Amino acid sequence: MSTTLSAIQMPANGPAPFSGSVMTSPPPLKVARSGPMADRIFAVLAKGAALFTLAMLIAILASLTISAWPAIDKFGLGFLTSTKWDPVKEEFGGLVMIYGTLVTSFIALMIAVPVSFGIAIFLTELSPSWLKRPLGTAIELLAAVPSIVYGMWGLLVFSPVLATYVQQPLQHAFGGVPVIGALFAGPPVGIGILSAGIILAIMIIPFIAAVMRDVFEVTPTLLKESAYGLGATTWEVVSKVVLPYTKAGVVGGIMLGLGRAIGETMAVTFVIGNFNQLDSLSVFQAANSITSALANEFAEAGEGLHQGALMYLGLVLFFITFVVLSLSKLLLSQLKKNEGART
Amino acid sequence: MTTGDSLLQAQALEQTRSAKYAQRKFVNRLALTLSLLAMAFGLCWLFWILLETIWRGIDGLTLDTLSQMTPPPNEVGGLANAIYGSFLMVALATFVATPIGIMAGIYLAEFDTKGWLANTTRFVNDILLSAPSIVIGLFVYAVVVSRFKSFSGWAGVMALALIVIPVVIRTTENMLQLVPAGLREAAYALGAPKWKVILSITLRVARAGVVTGVMLAVARIAGETAPLLFTALSNQFWTSSLNQPMASLPVTIFKFAMSPYENWQKLAWAGVFLITMAVLGLNIIARVLTRVR
Repeated sequence: MSTTLSAIQMPANGPAPFSGSVMTSPPPLKVARSGPMADRIFAVLAKGAALFTLAMLIAILASLTISAWPAIDKFGLGFLTSTKWDPVKEEFGGLVMIYGTLVTSFIALMIAVPVSFGIAIFLTELSPSWLKRPLGTAIELLAAVPSIVYGMWGLLVFSPVLATYVQQPLQHAFGGVPVIGALFAGPPVGIGILSAGIILAIMIIPFIAAVMRDVFEVTPTLLKESAYGLGATTWEVVSKVVLPYTKAGVVGGIMLGLGRAIGETMAVTFVIGNFNQLDSLSVFQAANSITSALANEFAEAGEGLHQGALMYLGLVLFFITFVVLSLSKLLLSQLKKNEGART
Repeated sequence: MTTGDSLLQAQALEQTRSAKYAQRKFVNRLALTLSLLAMAFGLCWLFWILLETIWRGIDGLTLDTLSQMTPPPNEVGGLANAIYGSFLMVALATFVATPIGIMAGIYLAEFDTKGWLANTTRFVNDILLSAPSIVIGLFVYAVVVSRFKSFSGWAGVMALALIVIPVVIRTTENMLQLVPAGLREAAYALGAPKWKVILSITLRVARAGVVTGVMLAVARIAGETAPLLFTALSNQFWTSSLNQPMASLPVTIFKFAMSPYENWQKLAWAGVFLITMAVLGLNIIARVLTRVR
């Protein structure tokens, strides 16, 4: 008992005279120094990590350009307009792959944009609030599914269904019609540009829908309620108030989806057919995209011109996505700026 | 003008109005129905893919899948070496990339929020976040594989790490910005140096969010195939040496799914099942973690 008492009393008595001496005497040297020094090291580390990100982008661009140099040197910009791809004769041109990439992405956007728009409207205006979260999560999970799963599912499950229930009826219906018929020519086996476009659409819907939902929610409630107060229907509010207000953000979201579609590799490689041709405009034809050419040929390509040409393709791909994503980022930040100015 | 005329006129006006109103209501209903259909359209793919994966995956999943090596065509085997390789490379990549990502995130949120370096880094980071992963693979090939003349597990680790960094930077920055300024100021007022404020106050408050970011990054690279195709390549055998080509689950699935052999395709479905479950599981846990906060 006595020991505990003294233990309590000790500090109670102790600090009274002691604290005064601490206040007046300068702090110990070691403590004073460790602050700024550690701070400086920490700041340098943090800045270094940020610079690392910048260095990464520059390093990617530089190393791709250097590796692609043999091909850039030999083919120049003609590479972009030539359809020849002959590893044996060392003749390379990337038009077939670039065409495949652009057309599949275009088809994907045609499908994904309206659907994402509908999903975003549903999530912001229609859905009861208890359903918003689970449904939003479900759509976001669609974005989390690895692309190889889409690819395998697309090849083994989806493309036979597409061939039987979509492609064959379409061919029957439009087989004799001049222009449209040409679009649907070719073997209806479910592998080719159309199926790649559809799979890409499914993959980018969650990205576009998520951005659209987020920007729709940015619209001031006051604006929407004023429109409702004037007697506007939900659709009129969305199309005449929300959409004009969030235009830049919506386009930014679409660009983001486009960037994803252009750079997607595995899913496209599975279903596009990997066939270098540009003879017909048919969307049923097997074709090739930049990413699928890289995935299929790169590991087996010989050093030198073949590898250089593939690196050149990679550089073109990176350039296209860089431009598209920069545009998307600019448009989205524009919306944010407007928002700041108005509130 | 007689009363009858004006009554007729009012009636006609009323008619056009109600016709217009009916039309607006119809357009509205049509648009909302289409929106509902779009939602159903999006969800139906998710369920179709999930059901098919579960159904075919469980069909191909046996004890051998987890314990045997990848087999030659038409022989019994499993995916043990691919699972191990994936696990090893993902773990190492996360281990290497997380500190860099968190430090860069700290820089953006705590040191330099509006300077040119911060703005440029943010811009570049957003580009890298959505850049095609196959380009990262090409980059690592050019820098590592072609220099050392050999595909290796280390190259795979590096490619995956480069994908993790932007994801972690993004979430770390966002989460640190949510920490109230009052907490920081209170810590400074007590005389804590900046590094201590960041490490033991702000970062600790934002811990759940940062962990979520890392988990989402792991989920992302666990399914990445493209950057591994020409960095880690693949390997038919068990190897713990990161200097050799290393098998990974996604690359093995790619190889097996494209083949005509039935046992390979069965194994590929089992692998797809494992990966999907792992990735979706991580995503759901990450979401639950942030919701609790």
